[in-house]
Amino acid sequence: MGNELKVPTMAELFASGQQPEVLFWVGCAGSFDDRAKKITKAFIKILNKANVSFAVLGTEESCSGDPAKRAGNEFLFQMQAVTNIEVMNAYEVKKIVTTCPHCFNTLKNEYPELGGDYEVVHHTQFINQLLEDGKISLNGGSYKGKKITYHDPCYLGRANNVYEAPRDLIKKLDAELVEMKNCKAKGLCCGAGGAQMFKEPEKGEQDINIKRTEEAIEVKPDIVAAGCPFCNTMMTDGVKAKEKESSIAVLDVAELIANAEDL
Amino acid sequence: MNYIPNILFAIVLLCGIFFFLRNVKKLYRNIKLGRDVDVSDNKSLRWKNMGSIALGQSKMVVRPIAGLLHIIVYVGFIIINIEVLEIIIDGLFGTHRVFAFLGGAYNFLIASFEILALLVIISVIIFWVRRNVIRLQRFVKPEMKGWPKSDGNLILYIELVLMVLFLTMNAADYQLQLLDSEHYTKVGSFPVSGYLSMLFDEASVSSLIMVERTAWWLHIIGILFFLNYLYYSKHLHILLAFPNTYYGKITPQGKFKNLESVTKEVKLMMDPSVDPFAAPAEDAPPPEKFGASDVQDLSWVQLLNAYSCTECGRCTSQCPANLTGKRLSPRKIMMDTRDRLEEVGKNIDANKGNFVDDGKQLLGDYISHEELWACTSCNACVEACPISIDPLSIIMDMRQYLVMEQSAAPSDLNNMMGNIENNGAPWPFNQMDRLNWAKEE
Repeated sequence: MGNELKVPTMAELFASGQQPEVLFWVGCAGSFDDRAKKITKAFIKILNKANVSFAVLGTEESCSGDPAKRAGNEFLFQMQAVTNIEVMNAYEVKKIVTTCPHCFNTLKNEYPELGGDYEVVHHTQFINQLLEDGKISLNGGSYKGKKITYHDPCYLGRANNVYEAPRDLIKKLDAELVEMKNCKAKGLCCGAGGAQMFKEPEKGEQDINIKRTEEAIEVKPDIVAAGCPFCNTMMTDGVKAKEKESSIAVLDVAELIANAEDL
Repeated sequence: MNYIPNILFAIVLLCGIFFFLRNVKKLYRNIKLGRDVDVSDNKSLRWKNMGSIALGQSKMVVRPIAGLLHIIVYVGFIIINIEVLEIIIDGLFGTHRVFAFLGGAYNFLIASFEILALLVIISVIIFWVRRNVIRLQRFVKPEMKGWPKSDGNLILYIELVLMVLFLTMNAADYQLQLLDSEHYTKVGSFPVSGYLSMLFDEASVSSLIMVERTAWWLHIIGILFFLNYLYYSKHLHILLAFPNTYYGKITPQGKFKNLESVTKEVKLMMDPSVDPFAAPAEDAPPPEKFGASDVQDLSWVQLLNAYSCTECGRCTSQCPANLTGKRLSPRKIMMDTRDRLEEVGKNIDANKGNFVDDGKQLLGDYISHEELWACTSCNACVEACPISIDPLSIIMDMRQYLVMEQSAAPSDLNNMMGNIENNGAPWPFNQMDRLNWAKEE
């Protein structure tokens, strides 16, 4: 089978004396959530296509600790961090790419003080680099004329000032990038951050993901692009609640690229 | 010569400065009730932030209308304060317009003060209309009832009165100059009060002097009153915005601090050579409290944040929780912190310098659990604040207290954390299944 995914693990490579250039940190959502698994696979397809020397931790990966920390459980967060750092340092990891902005932020900003110093990039930054290096090429024909709006994940945008990498990719697709009224530094949260993903919202007049979806629908997009598995879930639920799922697709930027390339 | 006005002026001035310094001392004492935190790093970046954010108002103009009006009032007050210097010298030495020797430059200065004063009056009126007639949403939220609302309006009234007094004083002065009155040398250029002085066309020299002197005295007394009003008002930001932006967060917004006390414990747990049953040393300090339940548990920078807050509500108007009707309002977090800090300060004053437990704390008595658990940690409030206040850090510190000291997380979150502990993911999936996706179709 030509299109079978090649997903080497760090343990396998290590056993054969190899050291990949980059660790793909899959994250809990990317590993277990049915919708997010598709994003993981789309990104793997891109990595395979570009012949990137990478590996995943597989069963040696554990939650980065982000939801524990934002919920107030610093103890659990640091236990997770120290354990993960031990594993990654044993494999002499230098560079990490991840499809989850929460893992991205935690690994990049909160691990160094605990002994885990790595170059951490978000997959949208990584794909941009692949394009720049000519490792993959894009012909965005299938998206020509489509209206795409991009929802900024808080932990990628405001938290780490990564606004342009995902937008650059969308622009390369030949699609029409339309901005919501609240975007970039003013982007409205999808409602999942700060461990809200794992609890019922406090009582109020509306769910946050519905409000954000309304802002997206206002610009009449064909596609809502996201760069975070949790935003993806929230926006998908929002689009369904607004009964727009037949006209608006919610896709990760990695999926847009993989689809365009027909990988 | 009659020295009574000079002496009277000196007394008024000294009283104003004395009470102001007393408040500054109290302010400093209260802020220092917070935990110590090292913010001595990156001095050049910090100065730069203060220069652009506080001095340069760079984040105010994110909202162009409010930003422009604010810059007018801000520049107006700074520039017009040059005039206050002259007033003080005149008051102390019985001179009149002592800077008049500057000639053309003086005319230019007075003219620009006058134009700025008029612009300030216009801006203040627009601000008042936004608060009381248009009633912009962020000014009528629940936490703005009572004193915060009156405070906001009082500031506008005081500013209006000060500007009107300044122009009245000039108008009377100008009219006296036209009448060749002794003591009122012909100096200054009055592009605004020149029109006002027509009101005084029929007035006699003595009544003009009366008007001029009254306006002069009320103006300087008003300024000294305003200076002392600051401590009790959100208007304190005119001073504290500067240190607050200097000490503001300089790491990426997504980086939350790692608790050192926890790091120590985790390291001990991971170290196989440590005897887990060893008794703590005799002189070991009591274990540090995790997180914050009261103002003393917060850092002094967070307390400085609370005193600096101008209650503009830009944070709350960007907060996803507040926008969807939840009880959380980042502005209320800051207002509550200041109110509680004031209460603790008064307690200390009343008890000869020691805090006596009053059975109250910031958590629960001021900020409810519901507010804390509504936060998505999205940093919209932090981004929105024009003077680098970080309400999110207070929310996170209080969550830490709830979870690590009280085990009082919502049950859903306890499940999530249990899952992470047991199987390394927030959901109940086995860690050994973590790579199954690679084999699934």
